Amino acid sequence: MRTFLTSRRGILTGRLLVGTAVIVAAAILPLLAIDIPGVLPGPTYTPGTLTVLAYAMLIAALALSYHLIFGVAGMLSFGHAMFFAAGAYGLGIILRLLAPTGMPSEVVFLLSIGITLVVALVLGNLVGALALRVSGISFAMVTLAIAQAMNVMIRRNVGGLTGGEEGITLTVSVVPDWLVGVVNTRNLYWMALAVLVLVYLACVWVERSRLGHVVAAARENELRVTVLGLRPYLVRLFLFGTAAVLAAVAGMGFMLLQSSATPRISTSDFTLTLLVIVVLGGVGYRWGAIVGGIVYTLLDQRLAALASSDVIAGLPDVLRIPLSEPLFILGMLFVLVVMFAPGGIVGIAHRATGWRGSKKDVEEPAVLQDMEA
Amino acid sequence: MTTVLLLLITGVGLGALYFLVASGLSLIYGLMGVLNFAHGSFLTLAGFLGWEVGRRVGDGSWAGLLTGMLVGLVVGALVAAITELVFIRPLYNRHIEQVLVTVGLGLASVALFEGIWGTDPIQIRLPEWLGQTTDVLGANIPNDRWLLIGSAALVLVGIVLFLQKTSYGLVIRAGVENRTMVTALGIDVRRAFTIVFAIGGAAAGLGGVLASVYYGQVGAHQGTSLLIYAFIVTVIGGLGSLSGAAIASVLVAVIQQFANFYLGGTGDLAVVLALAAVLLVRPTGLMGKVKH
Repeated sequence: MRTFLTSRRGILTGRLLVGTAVIVAAAILPLLAIDIPGVLPGPTYTPGTLTVLAYAMLIAALALSYHLIFGVAGMLSFGHAMFFAAGAYGLGIILRLLAPTGMPSEVVFLLSIGITLVVALVLGNLVGALALRVSGISFAMVTLAIAQAMNVMIRRNVGGLTGGEEGITLTVSVVPDWLVGVVNTRNLYWMALAVLVLVYLACVWVERSRLGHVVAAARENELRVTVLGLRPYLVRLFLFGTAAVLAAVAGMGFMLLQSSATPRISTSDFTLTLLVIVVLGGVGYRWGAIVGGIVYTLLDQRLAALASSDVIAGLPDVLRIPLSEPLFILGMLFVLVVMFAPGGIVGIAHRATGWRGSKKDVEEPAVLQDMEA
Repeated sequence: MTTVLLLLITGVGLGALYFLVASGLSLIYGLMGVLNFAHGSFLTLAGFLGWEVGRRVGDGSWAGLLTGMLVGLVVGALVAAITELVFIRPLYNRHIEQVLVTVGLGLASVALFEGIWGTDPIQIRLPEWLGQTTDVLGANIPNDRWLLIGSAALVLVGIVLFLQKTSYGLVIRAGVENRTMVTALGIDVRRAFTIVFAIGGAAAGLGGVLASVYYGQVGAHQGTSLLIYAFIVTVIGGLGSLSGAAIASVLVAVIQQFANFYLGGTGDLAVVLALAAVLLVRPTGLMGKVKH
């Protein structure tokens, strides 16, 4: 006998309810005074904590867009950070260029966002069109090389636009008042939450669409998809372009939150961090990217705080040096997850609760089986 | 003319450095299908340890440098072999996980090196002769380039002799061609994996010490920055091809030198463009074979 909760519609309604509850809980967080010592830097209403949480959500949104490329399409891209950087730098540069035109600041702000989105779309499609001509490791290398070239151009301050190593700052005069300053950290937090929800919905939409199914099918067996008369190249290109735009959206959120951007966000190390996040959370799971992004960011922040604490400083060198390097701990954690828990955090959670959903077969993802080819 | 000659020889010198890193990468990929992101860390660790031992033997002397190079070779081989046994072998035939593990190791080890030796590169002392120049047809070539070129040539000859003249070399060559067939013939190809990792690691380790000679300093990020060029070299040369790696190393380094000099410091961009061009025209690389 099928009860309401096990029927398909029941599961969908249930998920919708859980999702809404999570969003509502996240949205009222700035109004509460929850203090989790060791996890958060302070009570949830303080600007410091809200900034960390907002940053974590933007990273989660970026990881979600990477999940589209890596988890859904099974393509190992080492250049995803360049689209995040395109969003952050694009918004910063265009705002600064349009600021002296004398247009009302609201118009300048919206126009800049629009232009940045178009730039990201064009860039994503250009890079994708080139890189998708090859597959597997070569694809990874082409994306790595292009991202590296972008990083070099940003650091060299080409055309005097990017500010070189110093980076660029936000032109606050044309940004709406409610998004500027420490007083409005709460609004920035809600903005980051909105970005995350928006990117999540876009991912759901893409994955559930017919195009998403074709991309997933091409990941599993490209030859069969081709024989069926479909062209994997075009759907992959669309997916790549979509992921680029979504990454740029997260990048714009980052620019508004941090009020500045440095070349660090365009390095290949930053893309590798994304890879770590997606695998840590669980490849192939949307929730994995979100959980991974938030866990990674909080761990990174807290481990850095731990590193400068007295407890660590008192230890002998053999323990003190590794423990005071957050990236060392995160890197080794990542290695352990890859070796012993291929499903990541979400995979472990599913195994622990005995949950067997429709994604059972994604548990040990067959991503990039064509790497050898 | 002298400028062209200078750029050409210094380019070959830099290419020698790229080759030391890329040869191991290419062999490992060819045999095992693993793109080793931890290769840069072998290089950095060997560079640091070679320097630490070398300066105790004799700071700025030939004895110190040669000891350092020897230490680099041994450290690189050992660390690479241990990495293969502990991290790569349990994930046998799961290529994506193997790549991910090396990515994690690469990130973690660089952080560890930063913790031990600091974030800033350390200036090192070298034998005086290396700081001087030699006159070749009017071009003043820095002497350290000769050391680089000589060492890389020795490594190339050594690896080729090993692959051609020994039975393990035969297994490795056959494994690169068709691993399944080698396994089917009853040969334990996994021992060849460890050997290939050790050889690649030794070359990278020597490269680590020589990189510190080239740059005049040792730093935690030296391996990572060289690794990106080595990747590009490996892809241009054709993944799995030793001769391809040798040719592409020199090609990439010379292009980089010339673009840096004549096109206003655009060496990095020129290299990336070269990669894009090669991949679009010939996706398997210059000497790459189509794998079945």
